[in-house]
Amino acid sequence: MKILVCVAQAPDTTSKISFTDNNTKFNEQGVTFIINPYDEWYSLVRALELKEAGIATEVHLITVGGAATEAVIRKALALGGDNAFRVNIESSDPYVIASQIAAFAKDKDYSLILAGKESIDYNNASVGALVAGLNDYNYIGFATQLNIEGSSAVVKREIEGGEETDTVALPAVISCQKGMAEARIPNMRGIMAARTKPLNVVEPVGADPLSEIVSYELPPAKTGVKLFNADQMDELVAALHNEAKVI
Amino acid sequence: MSVLVFVDHTQGAFKKKSFETINYAAEIARTTGGNVTAVAIGSINAEELKQLGQYGAATVLHASDSKLDTFNAKAYAKIIAEAARQSGAKVIITAFDVAGKAVAPIVAAQLKAGLVSGAVSYPDTSNGFTVKKTVFSGKAFAFVKISSDIKVVSLVPNSFPVIKGEGSADVQPLSVSLSDADYGITVKEINKVSGGQVPLSEAELVVSGGRGLKGPENWGILEDLAGAFGATLACSRPVADAHWRPHHEHVGQTGGTIRPNLYVAVGISGAIQHLAGVNSSKTIVVINKDPEAPFFKAADYGVVGDAFEVVPRLTEAVKKFKESHN
Repeated sequence: MKILVCVAQAPDTTSKISFTDNNTKFNEQGVTFIINPYDEWYSLVRALELKEAGIATEVHLITVGGAATEAVIRKALALGGDNAFRVNIESSDPYVIASQIAAFAKDKDYSLILAGKESIDYNNASVGALVAGLNDYNYIGFATQLNIEGSSAVVKREIEGGEETDTVALPAVISCQKGMAEARIPNMRGIMAARTKPLNVVEPVGADPLSEIVSYELPPAKTGVKLFNADQMDELVAALHNEAKVI
Repeated sequence: MSVLVFVDHTQGAFKKKSFETINYAAEIARTTGGNVTAVAIGSINAEELKQLGQYGAATVLHASDSKLDTFNAKAYAKIIAEAARQSGAKVIITAFDVAGKAVAPIVAAQLKAGLVSGAVSYPDTSNGFTVKKTVFSGKAFAFVKISSDIKVVSLVPNSFPVIKGEGSADVQPLSVSLSDADYGITVKEINKVSGGQVPLSEAELVVSGGRGLKGPENWGILEDLAGAFGATLACSRPVADAHWRPHHEHVGQTGGTIRPNLYVAVGISGAIQHLAGVNSSKTIVVINKDPEAPFFKAADYGVVGDAFEVVPRLTEAVKKFKESHN
């Protein structure tokens, strides 16, 4: 069985977030881009584990973005994966991004499409489910475990206040989060091998954006912490009641 | 614009976030002119459905097939899309929770509708349809304009207070023909772990502990504090990783993202990954013995001191306050 892993680049977690052009553009200056952690640590590594266990035959990576994203895809290939595809279109509209992945996957016989539970830039948590919706595949969100039994996937997923284990008919799209696999660091052999792995550029299919980001805003700066000492707990409680009005 | 709301339930009972999404839908319908229809799926009794009228739903479409008692994103999305067609809704609302995050994009794909995931404001309809949402893990907001005819918006729970009014919804059966392929998921096992507490994603008050508490045996003081506030417990990643506390209590970038009215962090330094999960909290109180802990920069109120000394005193102060305000 073949697995397609969706990989996105995202600004490193510790990046300072700022905007340019009258708050309409994310300021990439000085920002280090990484593989979106949920795509890397959970979806990709779990796919590689399934291949190492002899369950998956091929692991393919796909990203949607401009040429600048290739560095991050090479990093992902250094962890493993047989080859990678980059759909050559830049968009912040989840529908456009998902349409590219859905169209690419449509007739390629992938049993599983794995995505991270969300990207740490736009936090939409939507591309995986959009792909499932576009291709009419089954969908499980927030999976913490994934195994294959016969022609089905057995998936443990987060639910409100607990966990549920489901049997899912394939093909399916699964969004992955913590618990799915142990984070890995690429080794030198992987990094060398990644240099020669095929990174295919795919031309995008036509898809009209259905949404656009018109502007950004930074949250108001905290005015500064109001400190109390251990003898002033009544005063703290009074502040929570009178000022913050939360109790 | 007529609005459709998907209301999720737990064993036939609706929760606060469902009422909040109906309120939100009602406000959109009120300002743009239209009706509010709720769609509910699975076994729910009629009284429970009718009371959705108190929050602003004129009509409830109920798909009651017991096969739908377990959650299935694909089947649910098809029912919601059909309900949207039948009700003529131009806007579809869900909560931005586990169920909503799964169904909203599938509905959007099926109806070719633009999607805003994780809205925190009412749409601005003065020039199109623009909704504010959090991005960069709470470090910024984006204003997203939807250009399609039909729009799907998922609302971050606890963004708005719930307002209860009068009224009884008109409940109508909704029948949607689904194929066997739409039931491609079967539930093998469900493990519920929370015992009576409000789930973290909905909690208005949260008390959270980190490594500074030194070990799971010391959680009693936090339980007492949470009990005094009526708060739900949470923890930082190292605490969950060390199995001091169950994983579902973990908040932060790799755990849950929450937006309570009050977040009390005890013995948590405030690493950027932790803040990503909690920085949308309306008020943050930090208790830490290290005055240099980065969390103080993100806090509204702080106590520099030993948790084992400060927390019991705070618990007493909260109890005293509650007694005098009852």
